[in-house]
Amino acid sequence: MSANGTIAVERPPEVKQGWTRARIIGVVLLTIWAALGLGVLIFMVNAWDPDIFARYAPRYLSGLWVTIQLVAVSVICGALLSVPIALGRMSRNKLIAGLAYAYVYFFRGTPLLAQTFLIYYGLGSFRPELQAIGLWGFFREAWYCAAFAFTLNTSAYQAEILRGAVESVGRGQWEAASALGLSKLQTLRKIIIPQALIVALRPYGNEIILMIKGSAIVAIITVYDLMGETRRAYARTFDFQTYIWAAIIYLGIVEVLRNAIDWIELRITKHLKR
Amino acid sequence: MEGVWTLLSFGPEGWGDNIAKGVLLTVTLALATLPLGLAIGFFVALGKRSNDKALRLAANIYTTIFRGLPELLTLFLVFYGAQIGLQKLVHLFNPDANIEINAFVAGMVALGAVFSSYASEVFLAAFRAIPDGQYEGGHAIGLSNGQTMRLVILPQLIRLALPGLSNLWLILLKDTALVSVIGLTDILRQTGIAARVTKEAFLFYGIACLLYLVLAMLSSIALGAIERRTKRHGVQR
Repeated sequence: MSANGTIAVERPPEVKQGWTRARIIGVVLLTIWAALGLGVLIFMVNAWDPDIFARYAPRYLSGLWVTIQLVAVSVICGALLSVPIALGRMSRNKLIAGLAYAYVYFFRGTPLLAQTFLIYYGLGSFRPELQAIGLWGFFREAWYCAAFAFTLNTSAYQAEILRGAVESVGRGQWEAASALGLSKLQTLRKIIIPQALIVALRPYGNEIILMIKGSAIVAIITVYDLMGETRRAYARTFDFQTYIWAAIIYLGIVEVLRNAIDWIELRITKHLKR
Repeated sequence: MEGVWTLLSFGPEGWGDNIAKGVLLTVTLALATLPLGLAIGFFVALGKRSNDKALRLAANIYTTIFRGLPELLTLFLVFYGAQIGLQKLVHLFNPDANIEINAFVAGMVALGAVFSSYASEVFLAAFRAIPDGQYEGGHAIGLSNGQTMRLVILPQLIRLALPGLSNLWLILLKDTALVSVIGLTDILRQTGIAARVTKEAFLFYGIACLLYLVLAMLSSIALGAIERRTKRHGVQR
């Protein structure tokens, strides 16, 4: 190309330097976030009342404990219950597979709140029958009903996680194991499960986080979990900082869990990194 | 059995018309939230993949907050918080004014915030699946940044994001049940009233569950049809 030759060339748009539009928007938005954060902080400092704190801090802690218990019980019971359901989903028997599918579809297709109402208020319609078989004591308590509903709900989700994880392990692994003379159970325990766990870790972690967030709805059926204590405190004080405290606690738990899952995943996939 | 049909009939004795209104409200709320959530989610995703650090941080703060808070708490924060905040703001100008936040709008904003924070992740994953060559190709034929986005990237993006967004729609449909707590007469609220008045709790809450199931099934059918349409003239990857 000669020095004075001016050939019109279509060039890609130049990469802009300095104060681009993205940068300006970014700084404006960050300023808004900072202002909001500062506003909340100032509000919290202004609204700070040692009396309220002394009265409600222990209640928040006990609420937090109820939330943790509820989630732990339902996730663990749900995990146990999810095994037969996942096996049913993978079964070659059409009837069993269909029943398991219907179970999973029902609990994943309806709101957790509606399921909880169905069990807590709905089973009250069968009070005489439940009393006759001695289960009324269980279904009378809101806490047990919530734990029961959450267990059924999470078991449907966990069954799908389990099924997906087991099916993600290639058929060749089964065939190789049987060629080595391992029994089905041995194959499952020593070859399939360790590989499936890596796939399942993240969905399991997400499910626990979803349960923690979802458990807030028990406040509506008069269980005093973290959300329930928050609503009670707000109803008595009309102080909006009660909700902000709850938000900070929930955000803290979820963030800690999320980072823990990232850390575990990093550790158990070390051998896969190149 | 006859009693059940009377209870569910449309008319003065039955609850059918009330429940139908509830279904209408649930569907309206979900449909009204969808465009809001999609638009915000798309722009948050754009922010997250920007070259600028400040914009990325601002977008990530948004997702962290609304994915980390329980949906119910978000709803209360919006419903009560916006009420208190606006009240204070208005009192600066007019001390006598009284502000009431519409529950429908509060529900829309809260559900939209949750939906958009999840949608931004779906869009982000879809953006990552589009190779750089598509942008370069767009520039090579002389399209501006905006044109490349609109004519080249967006049609592919929608196709890639659709499965994830379908999932989010089903979650949104279920999350609308929460607005019954702030007094909106959706499916769950209407069936709840019916359950309390008639003392047939299991029947009415069972119907609520079935209605949500039917809505989910209808959505699945519609979403499947849309997915097939978008796949018609797509490259197989």
